[in-house]
Amino acid sequence: MKRVYVNEEWCLGCHLCEYNCAFANSGLKYMTGLKGRKLFPRIRVDGDDKITFAVSCRHCTDPICVKSCIAGAISKCDGVVRIDKNKCVGCLTCVLVCPYGALAPGEDGVMQKCELCLDNVCGAPACVAGCPNNAIVFEERSETE
Amino acid sequence: MKRYVIIGNGCAAVGCIEGIRKTDPDGPITVISKENHHVYSRPLISYYLEGKTDPEKMKYRGADFYEKNGCEVFFGQSAVKIDAAAKTVATDGGRVIPYDALCVASGSSPFLPKFEGLETVRDKFGFMTLDDALALERAVNGRSKVLIVGAGLIGLKCAEGLHGRVGSITVCDLAGRVLSSILDDECAAAVQRRLEAAGITFMLSDSAVRFDDHIAYMKSGAEVPFDVLVLAVGVRPNTGVFKDAGGEVGRGITVNERMQTSLPGIYAAGDCAEGDDASFGAKRVLAIMPNAYMQGSTAGINMAGGDSEFCSAIPMNSVGFFGFHIMTAGTYEGQMSEERDGDSLKRFYVKDGLLKGFIIIGATERAGIYTSLIRDRVPVDSIDFESAKKFASYSIFSPEIRRKKLGGVV
Repeated sequence: MKRVYVNEEWCLGCHLCEYNCAFANSGLKYMTGLKGRKLFPRIRVDGDDKITFAVSCRHCTDPICVKSCIAGAISKCDGVVRIDKNKCVGCLTCVLVCPYGALAPGEDGVMQKCELCLDNVCGAPACVAGCPNNAIVFEERSETE
Repeated sequence: MKRYVIIGNGCAAVGCIEGIRKTDPDGPITVISKENHHVYSRPLISYYLEGKTDPEKMKYRGADFYEKNGCEVFFGQSAVKIDAAAKTVATDGGRVIPYDALCVASGSSPFLPKFEGLETVRDKFGFMTLDDALALERAVNGRSKVLIVGAGLIGLKCAEGLHGRVGSITVCDLAGRVLSSILDDECAAAVQRRLEAAGITFMLSDSAVRFDDHIAYMKSGAEVPFDVLVLAVGVRPNTGVFKDAGGEVGRGITVNERMQTSLPGIYAAGDCAEGDDASFGAKRVLAIMPNAYMQGSTAGINMAGGDSEFCSAIPMNSVGFFGFHIMTAGTYEGQMSEERDGDSLKRFYVKDGLLKGFIIIGATERAGIYTSLIRDRVPVDSIDFESAKKFASYSIFSPEIRRKKLGGVV
């Protein structure tokens, strides 16, 4: 199962992935539409002036968010953890349990997370396609030792 | 083929069913459901009153859930007897169901103290089930004066759900603060102020001692007139049937990390069970949905012959009122340190070099990183805990830990 990984040593901390993510999931026609708007990206760049990296949903093998969602709104299907926005009531229990900090409320207060751009026009992770330093990759890996 | 029986049809039962099916795709599963409803999420009943969801969306799993998982469900029936020697469960519908592995996931029931004159109150409700919420909804109108007895999670979520569709809401509690089981005085006061700003009236350190028709006579001597009464004093684990069968019961049904009870072939999960609290180092009833699912899932895997342990259970709550969020986790013992930023407050409790618990009001972003520090018993001196308190992020970990957690399949 392919997942999004960020190679910390290559991440410039430019935040372009956040823009590409927010744009991919915005339904906007042009990126200029993002100007002046509060962004709700599903990937987040963290770090300081020395180390930077980005974090998005790990699509865990045994996802604690799926087990914890009080509305039964989060499920894992074909390796992808997804939120049924129709069922979510915004209780934030998933925020309380996700060890990666990968879920957050969107503009509408309903939870959102990386769903690998499968449901938007991109069809493949926009953060990966737009990373100028190829720090973000979409690939198959195993457990790290 | 192994035959499975589950007493209960809530979140723990779903965990159990999904756990069984991870290991055994075929063994027949019988579910005994007291309520006449497809499995739904009980905590959503307040969101239902608010108009944020409906009974269809409240279904915890899809309409084809039982069929897809090979379950037969006896709706509207309760288990009345477990015969641990004969390995059968009898229901009040007259059925005697044989099992090879049984899971007691019977949940909890409202605790009702003896109030004098309660029988004279016509419109009185609990707030646990969908039927409670539907009945309450029918009983109220835009002028109703509602009195809620109990300022815990159930009482306050009920108040939020009714807000805007009744005339007035008064909440009373014997405790001196709201959410007394999960908040300290100062945090409780902050939450209370928010609720008061929304128009909800509180009578704390005070409670009804006697009712007469539409008046509550309070301990303080006050008289509170009301149209509709909601009783949300607390809940008690449903352990009776298991206890009668000779099983070991503390506050809840005693379970080990595999969710086994003292009786062979019988497991327990959810609000009725008392398992280990990893933040506390002793057994506790952790009546919250995530633990119900995880306990149920653990029970199910083991019932079907798999191997699963659940050792990271901790109390935790995420609760919002009028868009204002509170998160709590673990146990509040040890050294407390806090971070404030405007209206936001975070309190962390460290003991023996480990984060044991926290209370967060407002700044809830990525709080799961804190929760994982408690669950995984991460020594605070192995991370940048000072930065962590301000801002939950993976920066607090060493590059090696980040590589391990973010660089491969987890």
